[in-house]
Amino acid sequence: MRDLSLHLMDLVQNSITAGAALIKVSVFQKDDGLLGFMIEDDGCGMDEETREKALSPFGTSRTTRKVGLGIPLTREHALITGGSFDLESKKGQGTSLQAVFNTRHIDCQPLGNLGETLLTLILANPDTPDFVMTLSSEGAQESLDTRQIKEVLGEVPINDPAVVTWLMENINEMLNQTLGGVEK
Amino acid sequence: MKSISELEQIRKATLERINLRREDKENEVRVVVGMATCGIAAGARPVMMAFMTEANRRGLSQVTVSQTGCIGMCRYEPMADVYLPGQEKVTYVNLDEEKVRRIVLDHIVNGRPVAEFTIASAQNEINRGNKK
Repeated sequence: MRDLSLHLMDLVQNSITAGAALIKVSVFQKDDGLLGFMIEDDGCGMDEETREKALSPFGTSRTTRKVGLGIPLTREHALITGGSFDLESKKGQGTSLQAVFNTRHIDCQPLGNLGETLLTLILANPDTPDFVMTLSSEGAQESLDTRQIKEVLGEVPINDPAVVTWLMENINEMLNQTLGGVEK
Repeated sequence: MKSISELEQIRKATLERINLRREDKENEVRVVVGMATCGIAAGARPVMMAFMTEANRRGLSQVTVSQTGCIGMCRYEPMADVYLPGQEKVTYVNLDEEKVRRIVLDHIVNGRPVAEFTIASAQNEINRGNKK
């Protein structure tokens, strides 16, 4: 993983695999250089044993291979900057995780193309799950709710070209308003 | 947030086109991109975006792009399967945006799979000792 936006994308895939109907993704930036993301889902959740396993590179729910690197990699990249990583889960209720990075640390990866991550997540999952995406910095907050968008669209799919253009502009605007034009 | 009323406009303008697409179900072309940790780390996100933007740019409304997890061949990521109606699925490996543009043009538009980007071709290379 070369940047934080890819980590975010990767971890949201876990929520999708967990059968979530609604995934809340938020990215926040603090004036002191901390940048973090939170993912909350209402998927199948994990018991304590599974949660422990998820943090280890040698634990995975998959049967095609023996390693599961998504969570351990993100955790490592957060901790290495002096940040934090929290994973909470209740079986049958859902999972939430938060990764915080100290962007002023020399080993902190760049944020990357966050807009493309958010857009790809929506477009690759046109039916379920729904997403609430929130971007915030101190003094600004913008969010987008795919349930609201789908309600307006009716039978028009959210990945229709015309809607994609609207989404792309919308997400870029959100980024510019909050994280300050990290997107090119 | 851009205005919701703008979205309403889009809906009206798009509805007619949508109905046409629905009747065209048997001509549907499916592209499935591997989006697990291995795929994403290898660059699957721009590959997926490239399939979408290229299909949109060419007005190929019969193309749907979706995602799948890891199928256990991480060394070939980014990978994508292309399903054309009435044809066997073609698995492409080690993709990038440039290759995607060729696949959309040669395979999806013109119906000729790009043999050199397929998994069969990658495996033959290895068998011949040209380690990739």
